[in-house]
Amino acid sequence: MTASVETGADLVAPLASRRLARLRHLDLVGLVITLVTVVGAVLWAFPLYWGLVTTFKPEYEVVRPGVELWPQHFTLENYAHVLLQTKIGLWYVNSLITSGAVTIIVVMMAAGAGYAISQLEFPGRRFFWWMILASFMIPIPALIVNHFILMSQLRVINTLAGVVGPQLIAPVTVIIYKQFFDSVPKDFREAAVIDGASEFQLLFRIYLPMNWGVTTALAIITFIAAWNLFLWPFLAVSSEDKMNITVGITQVHDAFGVSYGRDLAVAMLAAMPVAVIYLIFQRRVTQAIMLSAGIKG
Amino acid sequence: MLRSKRSEYTTAAILMAPFVVIYGLLFVYPTIKMAQLSLTDAPLIGAGKWVGLDNYYRLASDRLFSVAVWNTVYFVILSVVPSTLVAMLVALGVNRLKGWTQSVVLAAFFLPYILPVSVVFRIWSWMFDKDFGIAQNAVQLFNNGQHLSIFRTIPLFMPAVAFVTVWWLLGFNVLLFIAGLRNISTEIYEAAGLDGASRWAQFTRITWPLVWPVTVLVFTINLILQLKIFDQVYLFANGGRVGATMVMVQFIFTEAFQMNKGGLAAAASVVLFVLIVVLSVVQFQLLRARGAR
Repeated sequence: MTASVETGADLVAPLASRRLARLRHLDLVGLVITLVTVVGAVLWAFPLYWGLVTTFKPEYEVVRPGVELWPQHFTLENYAHVLLQTKIGLWYVNSLITSGAVTIIVVMMAAGAGYAISQLEFPGRRFFWWMILASFMIPIPALIVNHFILMSQLRVINTLAGVVGPQLIAPVTVIIYKQFFDSVPKDFREAAVIDGASEFQLLFRIYLPMNWGVTTALAIITFIAAWNLFLWPFLAVSSEDKMNITVGITQVHDAFGVSYGRDLAVAMLAAMPVAVIYLIFQRRVTQAIMLSAGIKG
Repeated sequence: MLRSKRSEYTTAAILMAPFVVIYGLLFVYPTIKMAQLSLTDAPLIGAGKWVGLDNYYRLASDRLFSVAVWNTVYFVILSVVPSTLVAMLVALGVNRLKGWTQSVVLAAFFLPYILPVSVVFRIWSWMFDKDFGIAQNAVQLFNNGQHLSIFRTIPLFMPAVAFVTVWWLLGFNVLLFIAGLRNISTEIYEAAGLDGASRWAQFTRITWPLVWPVTVLVFTINLILQLKIFDQVYLFANGGRVGATMVMVQFIFTEAFQMNKGGLAAAASVVLFVLIVVLSVVQFQLLRARGAR
């Protein structure tokens, strides 16, 4: 890399023209790459679109051969049917309650533990920190048998509390909070301590407000993960009335009879909350995902 | 001074308590119990007698378990390798775009990732539906003009589920790659451009070496994630010949919840647990060696 050192005016002109020639050449290749990327994006999104558009078609159109990208007779009958004739409303409420509870408990618990490990001196602090770091890798699905046994012993199988329980293991959330609290400048702390603030005031008045964005990001991603979880809610609940929406729509399939439009309408309703959350909070969601993968962004 | 120290301990105890209680009750205790259960012949609920390592010996000779292990490995290969490679290509393409086009294109690749697995299952059951699925138009070309029930054809099952999984989870990998690409300063490319380095040379000499740590990260995260595969395989196989497409978590599920063999299921859980912990340690060492963290 030698060319960038000389700054003589006579060098600039040929350099610029060479650069221009390069750019023109690059543009053609670049254009092809861009085109491929855009076509790829369209293909990638197509199954989503196709699933969605099918829900707006009457059943006879759904099973008609040929590819119709827009319904001839736009109808909301599929949605009306599943909303009125199935327990989807109840499943929605169950999902909201359990995912909401998981989110609130995990965030509060992690903020507290993260703060204590980051800012306080107490015996066992390092021990807890190493244990949390080590459990970054725990495979929750390997624990299903013993989670089930434990939840039965606690008599919460087939209840919403039983669904929430094992989802509360969240070492990653603690790790992220600890890292963010670590990077709050010490000056804030010292000033507040001189003013006589207690540790709780420090946490709630300084550390949490200063990291509001992290809390939002973690809350959103925890909620999405809880909403989407399948395996544990599927094991923990057997009665239709206690099911989450992600489980309900796969387990109570036969009740609808075979109807593609209705099956998909129910799926779209199940996906709606997380899709809407993502589209509104795109930035926060991506930030949270990077954080939980260990990349600070 | 002593007073403030003590109050600091009290505060710490209050703040740590919820985490420690939940962590102990829902992680440490079940893990210990799992190891214990794996050494007994207990049913799912109830006591059993001590049988030593019998369950592990039985696993070693259990045909279904070896099918489950091989299917899991097969699925991991089918899903992790393509999703890492495709994600890198997509990230390179998306990274060139600017402004709102980039947001829209990225969203198109990312949106499937935030969907619940049951929704993904519904969408792709419909896409591949034997009678009316739109993807059958493509299937016909390879099947003498006949429709084919993809998820009921055993040799096609794992590749098809892996394909759906790649579609579903690609967005996550793309995000990680884009983060990696953004960390490369544009000055390096400018300098290389002035030196007359070709696009290909820029990729092999600059982009690839600098993105390599991210590739290792993406690859290992996916590897560990896909070893825990259950949801998609269970949903797509439901109602078919489940035994032939069994994976490890599904084996645990079947033995515990359908065969009522708690001890054997716990032994299989321990195997999976150890496997994933070992891989995670390897991942950690790899990343540290490469200086990604």
